[in-house]
Amino acid sequence: MFNFFGKKRSAESAKERLQLVLVHDRTDLTPAQLESLKDELITAISRYIEIDPEAVQIGLERDGRSQRLVADIPLRSVSRHRPG
Amino acid sequence: MTAQVITVTSGKGGVGKTTAVANLATALAADGRKVVCIDGDIGLRNLDVIMGLENRIVYDIVDVIEGRCKLKQAMIRDKHYPDMYLIPAAQTRDKNAVSPSDMIRICNDLRADTDFIIIDSPAGIERGFRNAIAAADRVLVVTNPEVSAVRDADRVVGILEAEEKGTPFLILNRLNPTLVRNNDMLSAEDVLDLLGIKLIGVVPEDESVIIGSNRGAPVVTDPKSRAGQAFRNIAKRIQGQDVPFMDLEQQSGLWGAIQKLTGRK
Repeated sequence: MFNFFGKKRSAESAKERLQLVLVHDRTDLTPAQLESLKDELITAISRYIEIDPEAVQIGLERDGRSQRLVADIPLRSVSRHRPG
Repeated sequence: MTAQVITVTSGKGGVGKTTAVANLATALAADGRKVVCIDGDIGLRNLDVIMGLENRIVYDIVDVIEGRCKLKQAMIRDKHYPDMYLIPAAQTRDKNAVSPSDMIRICNDLRADTDFIIIDSPAGIERGFRNAIAAADRVLVVTNPEVSAVRDADRVVGILEAEEKGTPFLILNRLNPTLVRNNDMLSAEDVLDLLGIKLIGVVPEDESVIIGSNRGAPVVTDPKSRAGQAFRNIAKRIQGQDVPFMDLEQQSGLWGAIQKLTGRK
């Protein structure tokens, strides 16, 4: 919802900002900590399987009063020769 | 009779906790319930002035705890409802004069002879707040549709859950329907979605609340006040009645009539 000046109405800004703030307040995890968690996760997973570190997405999501850590980790496509 | 202890808290100050306590207590008393209000804000006593009882205080809660008077002596009877009492806070600077076990003991002493004990919590999440929730059977969190108030309310809800006080109910106070309509204020739905708790009432912003506190007469006694109606409804819900939520979009007065005629509403 935008007004004449193409500015977002303030209620929307309030909601978006609160969504972020609350999820970090509740988990007591700063964005910087989340970033270092992501780096360590990439290192750990890369030991077992080849992934694309650039494409990894990690974030906190709200579900009612509970939070979940959601990670999207695309695997690097390995071209294999099929037998036969 | 065994009382239900209801604590009203908020995290942030100035969102309307004391007003909510005075109004809910008065509405419950008007419904014939026996109510005792306890001002839990030691050092910053205010429930007495909001209820218009400031001139009747002889003893306070710290006098009870320290044995200077009997519990009954510190209970101030309301001017209009003989079954409503206030136990005032002390104006002492010693915040440690009251402990959670003191509050539990006082509430237990009142339980047998009361329907509802309503505790007005101080702002913050420190000692006074811990005291206020110690005896609670049910907690109501008051907030305003505003970023700082919602954030603090969320902290309080988190602490209540961690303390196994159950999920509190929300009173969304001072909602301005015009601002919500213009998308310049968080709506009740927004706040509920953010906090993830259940709603017990939405109170519209209403000038009559200030007029009521000026006079020491809670707005629930004003049949024309929208905020008063909202508080009366919350009191009914506390008593287990299923009352539909008010339509706050409905405009009153001439402008509302014009909008209705022109089909804008």
